This record gives sequence, C-alpha cells and structure tokens, in this order.
Amino acid sequence: MKALNDSASGQAASPKVPATGRRRRHSTMAWIGMGIVGFWLLMAIIGPSIAPYDATAIVDTDVFSGMSRKFLLGSDYLGRDMVSRILFGTRATIGLALAATLMASITGTALALFAALSGGWRDALISRALDALISIPSKMFALMMVATFGSSMTLLVVTAAITYMPGAYRIARSLAVNVQAMEYVQAARARGEGVWYIMTVEMLPNMIRPVLADFGLRFVYVVLLLSGLSFLSLGVQPPDADWGSLVRENISGLGEGALAVIMPALAIASLTIGVNLLIDNLRGKRAAKE
Amino acid sequence: MQFDQFLGKTAAAAATGQGQPLVQVTGLRVNARKDDGSPVEIVKDVSFNVARGEVLALIGESGSGKTTIALSLLGYARAGCHIAGGEIRIGQRQIDRMDEKALLAMRGHHVAYIAQSAAAAFNPARTLMDQVIESALQHRVMDRATATRKAVELFRALALPNPDQIGQRYPHQVSGGQLQRVMAAMALITDPELVILDEPTTALDVTTQIEVLRAFKNVVKELGTTAVYVSHDLAVVAQMADRIIVLRDGAVREIGQTGQVLHAPTDSYTQSLVAAASPAERMAQVREALPADTPAPAEAKAPLLRISGLIAGYGAPDRLGLPGVRILDDINLTIERGRTVGIIGESGSGKTTLARAVAGMIAPARGSIQLDGENLSPTLEGRSREQFRRVQIVFQNADTALNPAHSIGRILNRPLAFYHGLKGEAMRRRTAELLDLVRLPSSVIDRLPAELSGGQKQRVNLARALAAKPDLILCDEVTSALDTVVAAAILELLAELRRELQVSYMFISHDISTVRAICDDIVVLYAGRMVANRPREAMMAPPYHPYSHLLLSSVPAMQQGWLEQVGGAGQRALPPIGPVDASPDICAFLPRCALRVDGVCNVVPPRRRNMEHGGEILCHRSDSELQQAQAPLLPVEGVTI
Repeated sequence: MKALNDSASGQAASPKVPATGRRRRHSTMAWIGMGIVGFWLLMAIIGPSIAPYDATAIVDTDVFSGMSRKFLLGSDYLGRDMVSRILFGTRATIGLALAATLMASITGTALALFAALSGGWRDALISRALDALISIPSKMFALMMVATFGSSMTLLVVTAAITYMPGAYRIARSLAVNVQAMEYVQAARARGEGVWYIMTVEMLPNMIRPVLADFGLRFVYVVLLLSGLSFLSLGVQPPDADWGSLVRENISGLGEGALAVIMPALAIASLTIGVNLLIDNLRGKRAAKE
Repeated sequence: MQFDQFLGKTAAAAATGQGQPLVQVTGLRVNARKDDGSPVEIVKDVSFNVARGEVLALIGESGSGKTTIALSLLGYARAGCHIAGGEIRIGQRQIDRMDEKALLAMRGHHVAYIAQSAAAAFNPARTLMDQVIESALQHRVMDRATATRKAVELFRALALPNPDQIGQRYPHQVSGGQLQRVMAAMALITDPELVILDEPTTALDVTTQIEVLRAFKNVVKELGTTAVYVSHDLAVVAQMADRIIVLRDGAVREIGQTGQVLHAPTDSYTQSLVAAASPAERMAQVREALPADTPAPAEAKAPLLRISGLIAGYGAPDRLGLPGVRILDDINLTIERGRTVGIIGESGSGKTTLARAVAGMIAPARGSIQLDGENLSPTLEGRSREQFRRVQIVFQNADTALNPAHSIGRILNRPLAFYHGLKGEAMRRRTAELLDLVRLPSSVIDRLPAELSGGQKQRVNLARALAAKPDLILCDEVTSALDTVVAAAILELLAELRRELQVSYMFISHDISTVRAICDDIVVLYAGRMVANRPREAMMAPPYHPYSHLLLSSVPAMQQGWLEQVGGAGQRALPPIGPVDASPDICAFLPRCALRVDGVCNVVPPRRRNMEHGGEILCHRSDSELQQAQAPLLPVEGVTI
C-alpha cells in the first residue's frame, strides 16, 4: 500500500514538478490554463458591457484595418470594431458550447450509470444504440440536422449535445463498470437500495473526477464543432456572431493577413488550449489525492 | 549427491570460509517520503547476520517493514523510499556502496528474489524455460544447453511433474503452485549466494502450499542455499527457518532460534503473535465468548435459513435449463437461529457464489432459499425490504466494501435510515451504540475509510451489517485480509455479538482453524459440491471425507519438523483407475483422491449419506474404511484437529 501511494504520487508529481522542489498543488501549466479559461469566462459575462463599440455598428471607414489606438484589433470586412465583435461573440461561443456540453455529459453519464448498473440486455441495447449514433460522422450529422430543421440556437445546442453524448457515455460507462464491481456498490444492492440511490450516491462521487476531465475535453470539441458549423455559415446567423462565424465572414481578408480573421481564430485556439491545460491539472489533482 | 556434484556446489561451499556470516546488515535505516514531503522512517536501525546455508525468517504484520528489509538486500528500495543509512554486506560485496550497474550485475545472479505472486511475475507470452534460464544467459554464467539441462534438474528437484517437458509450457498452462516452484527454479539457476523469498506461499491454497513448501525445503536442504524468508505466517516459518527475526513498525523486536521464538518467546509482542496464531488459544478465547451450546429450540419451527437443491452458475443454459458452467451444484444446508455454519473450500470452490446467491445477487438456476420457511426470491427485485434487512452480507475486503467518498458516519447512518427510518437524535444515538458495539472510538464518525486501519475498516464493515439488526450475517472471508492479531480480535467480536444479539452467521473462509474456532457446523465445498457437512465435534476425529482429510492435514502446525512428518498431498502414489465416466455427477475429487476405488468411483456418482457420528458425506467409502485409512492426525499441541 505504501509503495502504491508512493509510486502514484511520484508519477503524478514527476512530469511537471521537479522532484527536489516542494510539491505544489497545481503545476505552472495548469495555472496558465486556469488563467486563460478564467479570462474568457469573465469576458463572456462582462464582455458586452466593456466593449468599446456596439458589435453591429460600422465604426471604421476602412475595412480590414490593422491595429490602432482607436481599434485595438482592427476592423472587419464592413468596418466594424473587432474587439467588440469578439467580446460579443464570446458569450455565444462559450454559452452555446457550455449548454451543449452540459447536456451531452449529463445525459451520457446518467445513461452510462444506468447501463453499467443494470447490465444485461439494457446495457447492450443502450450501448449498441449509441454505437450506431457514434458511427455517423459528427459534421455530417450536424449538416443534416441544420438542413432539415434550419439553424437556430436551440437546434445547435441539441445537435452538438447529441453528437458528443455517445462519447461521454463511452467514457463514463467504462468508469461505471469498474465502480459498479466494487464491493460497496454490491453492498448497496444487497441492502436493497434503489437504482437512483446507487447511481447518484454510491457510484457518481467515485467517478466524478474523470467525468469532469472528460467534460472539459468535450467542451473543446463542441467549441470546435460549433465554430466549424459557423464557418460553413450554418451556425449562428448574422448579425449575431460567434468566433467561428467571425472567421467565416472575414475569410476574404486572409490573403492580406487581416487581423479580423486571425484574432477570432486565435481566440478559439487559446480557449481550446486553456481548457486542455486545465484538464491536465484536474487529472494531476486526482492522482495526487489517491 | 549426484545433483550437488552437478551443480559444483560441494567443494566450493567447503572452500569458502565458514567463520564469517554471508550477510551482515548493520544499522539499516530506510526512509520514505510522506504525501506532504516530510520523511518518515520505515526501517529503524536494523542489524542482523545470516550465516552460510542458514535460512533466516523475517516475520511481522503488514507494515512492519519486512519486505522493505528484504528488498534492501538487493540494493533496492521501492519508489518513494530510499536506503538512508547503515551497511549491507553480502559476501565480499558492500551493497550500500554499489552503483546501479554493479547492482544490476548482482541481482538475479548472486542474489535472487522469489516474489509472492508468481502469476504476476511471469511474462504470459514466453515459455517457462525461456524465462527460467533468462538470468543465466543474461549474466553469461552458462550457455543455453547447460542452462536448460540445469533447469530440468531443478524442476526435478522441485518435484514438478514432467520435468523434461514442463519448460515448453506457458505460464497459464501450469497451476499456481507449480508456477511458484518454477519461479524458485528461475531464482536458483545461477547458484545465487542468497535467495530472498517474499511470502512465496501466501497466495496459495493450503493443500497447494504444503507441496510448495516441501519442494522449497528439499531444494534448500539439498543445495545448502542461504535464504531470507519473508512471511507473516509463523506456522509456515516454523517449517522453513533456522532463525527468526520478529519485526514491528520497522524495528527488531526479537531475534532467536526458531524453536525458542515459537515456544519461549521473550518479547511481549512476539508472545501476542504466537498466541494469536495458535488455534487452540484462539479457540479457547472465542469459545469462552460463545453461548454454552444453544440448544436447538424444541418446537419444530422452520430453520432460519434452508437451502435446498441449489444450483447456480453462468454460461448459456443447456437443454434442461441448467447453466453451462456450474459453480454450485446441489447445495443443501440449514442454519438454525443463533448458530454459525462454516463454509470451507479452496479458491474456486464456490464459497463466495453461495453467499451471493443467498443475498440475492446471483440468481440460482434451480433450488430454493427459504428464510424462516418463507421462499426468498432468487433475484434482488423480488425481495422485500424486510427480507433485505434480515440477511446482511459482510464482504471480504473492507478496503473496497466501504465507499471511499463517504464518511464513516454516513456509511453507518444509511442502513439506519433505510431500514428503520431513524433520524436526528435517535440516529446519532444508535450510531454511537454501533461504534461502541464494534469497539471503535466515536471520533471516527467524521473520518473517511482511507483514514482507518484495516482492522478498523473491517469493524465498520461489520457495524454497517449490524445496523440493520439482521438475523443472518453472511461473512465472506472477513478475516482473510487481516493480520493475525487483528483477525483474532474480529473473531472474538463476532462470537460476542452472537451471544449478545443472537444473530446467526454463515462464515465463509479458506482457513480451517478460523472456521473451527467459531462454527457449530462445518460444510466442506469442493468444486461447487458439498462433500461433507458435519457438526464441529465430528470434525475433531476421523472418519473424514478424503478431501476434508487432505485439507485438515495440510494446515501447517506451529512446530518444527511438522512438514517432514505429515502426509499431505503428493506423498503417496494415487491408486490407478480406469477411464472416467463423462457424467458431471462423478466425484469431482477423483483425480486427487488417495482412497479412490477403480470400477466404483470413476463410474458411479457418489450418493449423499449420513455418517455414524453425525453429518453427511458425499463418498463411496464407508465410515470404517475411511477411519482405517485415516490415521488420527499428528497430535500436535494446539492443533488437535
């Protein structure tokens, strides 16, 4: 046991914290990730109120202008201020992605717990059905949904949630199957506890950390999917804009290296990287605790 | 003799000076790092010598540092630990001053290691021979042909079947006991100066353990190997060791000759260890706590639990609707109120499946389980809360049986609220009572299971079952994972609870002395069948079922020389038999039975019959035949079986 403890904490510490130094709770990289994610979350909340201009107002006489004191990140293809556009887009990007990811992870985890606990044909039915869903390429599925029902915020959230739910289910189920085999779950069953109690009280707390880590990863995928859809002009419709559609509408400026196309792309990249760094930290914490 | 010459041992051993001990350890200290980074001393100033040809045993409970000390002889410390001070000398080598390269050259060549779990130590993708001779080839001690020849000699010396061919097999093709012996061959192939055996028989069944011990003992004697034997089991150590070191919390408590430590221990801790390990003591203690033989209630009420014709297993059902693989077959037993029924058998005999079937977690294919004359549904869904309450199961491993995310208080409160609807002050009072009952301080309420010791966790585990106020507790190997002293305390607690609360137990164990200490009736399972079912008193003397006899005679006694005297498995050639009938009801013990009869046992399924001295047995042999063949077991003090 001692050896296990030692090796586990040793491994957790080794990649980021030098063995000689005092062990810190979080690594430097994780702090950076936390900083980036925190920044974007803050922007999603207060962004529109600190934006220098209205996002839809044409304020610059020039289009695709570079950095200036007046327009920190230049202007877009209509002469709108990029800082304001990105700040307004943050809410749509993060809000949509958050809602979709929450839906995907919660449904996926709940189904996984139920499937692992009941086993037998119920497990087989749910698993195979979701396998079938996973076999449809995500972009194709999204295109199909948008083509059928037309684009709206709700539809985007539902589409992204359906697309990423099977993945969340797979991860959560493999965790739940392990937890389900533990004797404390067996003890709860032998005590006559109901399915809901065992799922939420006995099993979930013991798999919540990897599920959260998966949640972070899934969030990134959803951001990318939604941005991709927007880029194909199937996502958020003008005059509203998320980051993906900002890239799309300014794509003509790519040839001249306009900030208007680079900045929203950078924003997507930074959020993605930040969340990933944060996820690594969540894992490290879990390993250190055990 | 020939063997010795082949190994070139005799002359060499005589030539080296006998005056100096082979191993000298002085002031050894090993430190580990705690979670917060502060160092903690896990081996404190340990000094000892091992003479050439001597077997030294390191004995202690888990956490006593015995394995750490043994590993330091290899110049190795587990991750997070390091050798902080002291000198280790083996022959001419100063282990603590050697660099990694020199250590690598030494390990597996001059000092060899035999690990507890052979199954985990072998590569499943390579043949045994490849792995046995690997170290000899790696250290360039001999060429492949010589190494192979020597490995076969070692296989023979270790009494492995087919020594010429067994090397061609893969690890999964031999049994656990055989694999452990192959591992010994692997360690001995380079003629190491020192062999370290780390609990080599702990994971084995008792009938297998005796074979492995005998093989080890013979080889050690024949080769004159110097060995350090790490174990927690005094009785096993008594067979193997010349001297014993008793360790506790990383410090030496006592060093002495085996006989002296076993029979006249001077240290108080050793005394308690010896007392806890001796079945007679343990039994007397526990018996004292038991009610003076509860007479079965005169009125013919239904027994508390009646299992009849139970068949359970897994796999696709066959034509008759029976499972393809039967784990349990035709189990019939009753448990009266306030009595304890012990279930013994080796691993894979279906003990745990039986407990789970009673608890409703495995639906039996056939048969019925009645609680108080009332049929229990085979599945969980069909049972009422009251039925759940009356039958509680206590799992073997308290580490996994308690939810690591819940505090002790929460774990104990749940059944109180669930079964009895308690809350607030009443619940708090009852929780305190329960903790008191299992003798835990009330301060544990807010702690998490990970913050408790193994024994404490098992007490919480028990308290949770008691919270339901059950009539029947299914104890699945509740003491197996615990140290001897702690296990003895738990057994005492069980007996006391039985007296105070009138609960019945189904006590499942592979350890016969434990079962005999607390059970009224003993059921012996072999390959899913009840081969014997007898009151405890009848278990004291022959006739036994041949398997029970083998089981009983395989339990090591805490006496030197027991191994040489006792029969056990593999001592006598089994009587030859003709082809075996394909019926699944043919006696499962046939391939190992020393009393089998050709033309009867291999053709006709045995019938269950009553024995003269009470109890049932599943065997063709008559009582008198069995009695004749089974000489009363060696009268060893403390192990009057």
